[in-house]
Amino acid sequence: MPSLGADMESGTLVDWRVKPGDAVKRGDVIALVETEKGVIEVEIFESGVIDSLIVQPGEKVPVGTTLALVRSNGGAVETQPPPKPAPAPAVEKKSPAPAVQAPGAIETPRLRISPLARKRAAELGVDLASVVGTGEGGSVTSADVERAAAPSTALKPPPVPKEEPYTAMRRVIAAAMARSKREIPHYYLSAMIDMRCSLDWLGAENGRRPVTKRLLYSVLLIRAAALAAREVPEMNGFWRDGAFQASERVHVGVAISLRQGGLVNPAIHDVDQKGLDELMENMLDLVNRARTGHLRSSEISDGTITVTNLGEQGVEGVFGVIYPPQVALVGFGKITDRPVAMNSMLGIRPILEATLSGDHRVSDGHRGGRFLLAINRLLQEPEKL
Amino acid sequence: MSALREAEIKAAVLRVLNGIAPEVELDAIDPSRDLRDQVDIDSVDFLNFVIGLHKDFEIEIPDADMPKLATLNSCVEYLGSRVKQPLRESGRA
Repeated sequence: MPSLGADMESGTLVDWRVKPGDAVKRGDVIALVETEKGVIEVEIFESGVIDSLIVQPGEKVPVGTTLALVRSNGGAVETQPPPKPAPAPAVEKKSPAPAVQAPGAIETPRLRISPLARKRAAELGVDLASVVGTGEGGSVTSADVERAAAPSTALKPPPVPKEEPYTAMRRVIAAAMARSKREIPHYYLSAMIDMRCSLDWLGAENGRRPVTKRLLYSVLLIRAAALAAREVPEMNGFWRDGAFQASERVHVGVAISLRQGGLVNPAIHDVDQKGLDELMENMLDLVNRARTGHLRSSEISDGTITVTNLGEQGVEGVFGVIYPPQVALVGFGKITDRPVAMNSMLGIRPILEATLSGDHRVSDGHRGGRFLLAINRLLQEPEKL
Repeated sequence: MSALREAEIKAAVLRVLNGIAPEVELDAIDPSRDLRDQVDIDSVDFLNFVIGLHKDFEIEIPDADMPKLATLNSCVEYLGSRVKQPLRESGRA
């Protein structure tokens, strides 16, 4: 059972995507595992042939448990080592096993339930699984919930309190963030960035592009943060076993809020190696999959630095909590027109507040300042991103 | 724009929006208020919404026209001015 988050202790095997005898190669999705953060597609990190299955669908096992045995291409049977906080295990599928959605699972398709209906269901003690949706596309409305509650209210026993998926996710986030604040001596820096060059460039660029190829400004921010992390490597990597391990690759974790509440932080791989078009495609794909419950294990575990952008919520500055075992988190706020003195003149400029939450065990304010300076410099030349 | 045509376009816009954010209660949307304020969609969702309109109505939507899609009313007005043929003829309604 792979570790798919800083404080994940166990997971439930939902379904196998392979069976004994199947040849697999590194990166193949071989199983679905359910965690408090949803159902994750588990990728294998060894090539070989599935030898045997050990854990069956529906079983909940601790992180590090061997799920299956894989015969490497050399012929030896290997157990997949319990990955440290990153890799995926060997797993396979037991014949056509039915998908098991354990209680409390985050529903994989995007919930077709309005927030109002969900709230009403909680108030009335209605099991949403039993409600027939009559809204657009079969979505469940508050009226549906009230209809479901009405006939049986007199006879129904008091609802048994049950942990909602949202609560389970909140608990996991709480554990990870509490650990971060307990173990990581955070320091915080902030810098104001003039976004005029970036916005002008983006406006001209998008003016030439069809809607399907358009760029969002958040892609510029992610790319700039990745390139800056390459320049200041103390921001990119992990704190493990009492020491900093810099990462050669830059996988940017992107904080994505979910409709049903909660947050996930999947990574876009090798951001420093990708152009803006590819990055935009990756980001759209990642956000869409995050919100429909189709993230992959490597995306959950591989992030080397996190970017969170709360500008759309009107937030001016973000002073975030580092996601362990990472050592830095970059925050971006809202782009706001502000009066700025330039060349002895007062002008109105679109200003973005960029912040850094850094791990003082690994870096200090001087290096953190260099990092924010690099982001600023990169955003002044968006055509080179 | 006739009332019938307006209703057709509005229904198509809401269908696209529902595909992006199925949890939204469409009946509760105030057509004169900013969509993004009411239904808590972010820039990725909104881009997906515009791409959905582009595909559904088979028109290109220039970046400069994005502000015209801010409210349900302005969406209907904009699309009504851009799509000339009856929706039913293109199988969209």
